[in-house]
Amino acid sequence: MNNNPLFAVAAVYDNPDKIISAVTKIANSGYRKFDVNTPYPLHGMDGAMKLKSSKLGFITLFFGLMGAATALLLAWWTLSVDYPLIIGGKPFFALPAFIPVTFELTVLLATVSTVICMLTFFFRFPANSYPIHDTQYMKDVSGDKFGVYVEAADSRFDLTELTILFNETGAVRIDQIYLPAKEVYPLFQPKFLWFLFSVFVITSIITYFSLNKLMYMEPFDWMADQQKQSVQKMSAFYSDEFGMRTPVKGTVARGFIPYKYLGQAVPADTMKNPLPPTSSVLELGKKKFLTFCSPCHGNFADGDSRLRGQFVNPPSLHTNRARTMTDGFIYHIITNGQNAMPSYSSQVTREERWSIINYLRVLQKAKNASDADLKMAKKESVSDGK
Amino acid sequence: MDNKENIALDYRYELPVVEGNLKKSDIDDLIAAPLEKKANKNFYISLALSGTALLIGVVCIAITLFNGIGVWGNNQPVGWAFDIVNFVFWVGIGHAGTLISAILFLFRQRWRTGIARFAEAMTIFAVMCAALFPVLHTGRPWLAGYLFPYPNQNGLWINFNSPLVWDVFAVSTYFTVSLVFWYIGLIPDFASLRDRTLSKTKKIIYSILSLGWRHSHRQWQHYEKAYMLLAGFATPLVLSVHTIVSFDFAVSVLPGWHTTIFPPYFVAGAIFSGFAMVVTVLLFVRKIFHLEQIITLNHLEKMNKVILATGMMVGYAYAMEFFMAWYSGVPTEQFVFINRAFGPYAWAYWIMISCNVLFPQLFWFKKIRRSTTAMLVIVILVNVGMWFERFVIIVTSLHRDFLPSSWGMYSPTLIDFGILLGSFGLFFTLVILFTKSMPAVSMSEVKAVTEGAQPQHHGVSDHE
Repeated sequence: MNNNPLFAVAAVYDNPDKIISAVTKIANSGYRKFDVNTPYPLHGMDGAMKLKSSKLGFITLFFGLMGAATALLLAWWTLSVDYPLIIGGKPFFALPAFIPVTFELTVLLATVSTVICMLTFFFRFPANSYPIHDTQYMKDVSGDKFGVYVEAADSRFDLTELTILFNETGAVRIDQIYLPAKEVYPLFQPKFLWFLFSVFVITSIITYFSLNKLMYMEPFDWMADQQKQSVQKMSAFYSDEFGMRTPVKGTVARGFIPYKYLGQAVPADTMKNPLPPTSSVLELGKKKFLTFCSPCHGNFADGDSRLRGQFVNPPSLHTNRARTMTDGFIYHIITNGQNAMPSYSSQVTREERWSIINYLRVLQKAKNASDADLKMAKKESVSDGK
Repeated sequence: MDNKENIALDYRYELPVVEGNLKKSDIDDLIAAPLEKKANKNFYISLALSGTALLIGVVCIAITLFNGIGVWGNNQPVGWAFDIVNFVFWVGIGHAGTLISAILFLFRQRWRTGIARFAEAMTIFAVMCAALFPVLHTGRPWLAGYLFPYPNQNGLWINFNSPLVWDVFAVSTYFTVSLVFWYIGLIPDFASLRDRTLSKTKKIIYSILSLGWRHSHRQWQHYEKAYMLLAGFATPLVLSVHTIVSFDFAVSVLPGWHTTIFPPYFVAGAIFSGFAMVVTVLLFVRKIFHLEQIITLNHLEKMNKVILATGMMVGYAYAMEFFMAWYSGVPTEQFVFINRAFGPYAWAYWIMISCNVLFPQLFWFKKIRRSTTAMLVIVILVNVGMWFERFVIIVTSLHRDFLPSSWGMYSPTLIDFGILLGSFGLFFTLVILFTKSMPAVSMSEVKAVTEGAQPQHHGVSDHE
């Protein structure tokens, strides 16, 4: 141990008055790199050591203000900008109601950051390998003694002078503290690798269990399993065991007038198209046409089914017959069905049916455009300035 | 010893904080003894008892989580019942710790050193018990993350106007700050234990916990500053927490809750119940661990005086509620209070009045203030009374709704009682484990207030 360089010379006292006078002398002699270790703070030591007052308060002030600003900005931005809601008739920025949270966040940030800054920046903790640790000196000052040490690194360091000073001021014991031998640990020790590996395995197991098992167990499964009847499930209640129910025969739903030509192959009269061919109507029509009509009629109504002969191919919708049909008759076919085509009334709503018809008219026009139509279209596009 | 003291006591002079001329090394030995000796049979018996209570609570909570809170007695119109009663009760218990560690620190009450650490630990455990209840009350505690403002996939934010959100911030801030305050106080003690222990494992644990503290005055200087700053923040914090808890009620428009007296009334009640709990537990701790010279009768007497004072504040608040009901001239308000004292829950009301207002009056007598048996009975009664205070406030205000057709009664189920028992089990299990694993009294603070601990002359002193 004595082969190591000297870190400091230390003296132990058993009386608070003696240490105060010893420290006063050391500070007056011009030593700067010295420290006092006492089991509890001694009154008057700040002055004896000539310490400037702690600057910790500025950190508290800064982070306290940050806490207040964070809370107010968060409350303002979330409730007035990002998702404004009127709550209890209060304004979006209801300052009195935000004060409690502002206060709490001020306290939280101020205190926690004061402590963290003190431990990490002021004390440079954790510091378990400081030279005075594990010495008899440290054991004494941890219990009931008072100690002071002067570091060998001090420019005025003089071992004999300090020993005399310590003896004069009534030191119980004088120690020489040496720097501990430097210990070097290789990064990839088997122990460390084992530790890493077990952390990996444990983390994987926990993650797998919580994401793939726990989330599907009651009661953590977001109420996936409920006692209500869902449409595709069997019902023990109804005699036909169907979970999904159809309306009672002979009843009419509110706001829903039944189609009056239902069941007639060729009705004597048909309905008028109530929807103008606006772009939103045509968008909806295109979407529904591609979903419900195109499997058999083809994406462009050419009658080129995607069903590969599993079902009868319908005729093209660009024939003269189809183009001269009234809107109402096409509506009748969709609603009522025709030949091999079943009724689509349960899948496609009334508005959607009219929208599909409007879209079909666009397809028919596009497939069978004459030169006059092209001129017209060109004229329109020029007059639009495009 | 007690009798001799009763005669010699002279309140005109400051009483010694530590009795019996203990040396500093004796103090260390006394405080560290539970950590260094092997646990005896009594330790395991008490741990088994509190552990059983805790396990009953765990089972009841599991039943609640699996079946939903329908297993509780809550109903329409009594939507808040045991869950919120217990929450307010436990948060209140916690307030004594911060009061002792922060407010008495700012008032330079040197006697706080003997009890501060223990009271702070009780604060933390009590807040843990308290937090359990509102989280269970939500029904699905694993979704409790939504209580905090973070950008989530629903694009929703919390409502900063709601007292329930204030509660979340108040209780979580209170817990964090109490924990930090407690840990900061423990660091020098962990360092002292590190330097006295002979066991290698303990030394590693204490080294990690003490972070390498050196008792250096260059550290003490910042440490004392930080302690003062923390005390300065914890003081308004502790007042704010129960104020905000009272806002849960006072901000509503329910007769019986909608009163401006609630914040000070709740804070006084919290300190009242908290001190009662601290005295209850300390009476056992000082006996079991032979800390009578550090936690002296003088300490207990001072706490009993605080209980007497806050008990009368609470009594004043009870009277004022009735006065305001009469003075406001609001018939529903008057009905609620007459119903409280003479309605179906009158028994709960009179338990509350007798335990909180009448029995503490016995503390006017010095003999009773300094008798451990008498004070144990009274402080336990105060704990019971304060639990009933919350029961009375919550249940009696709710059970008579505005329309007589919506009137109802509340009776708790076995599960309700099981969770309440479990919270006591959790609290006492943590307290027992704490006394066995950490210094229950601050070593550095008590050493600093013994005779001759500080320099006699203050030639270069910067304060005092």
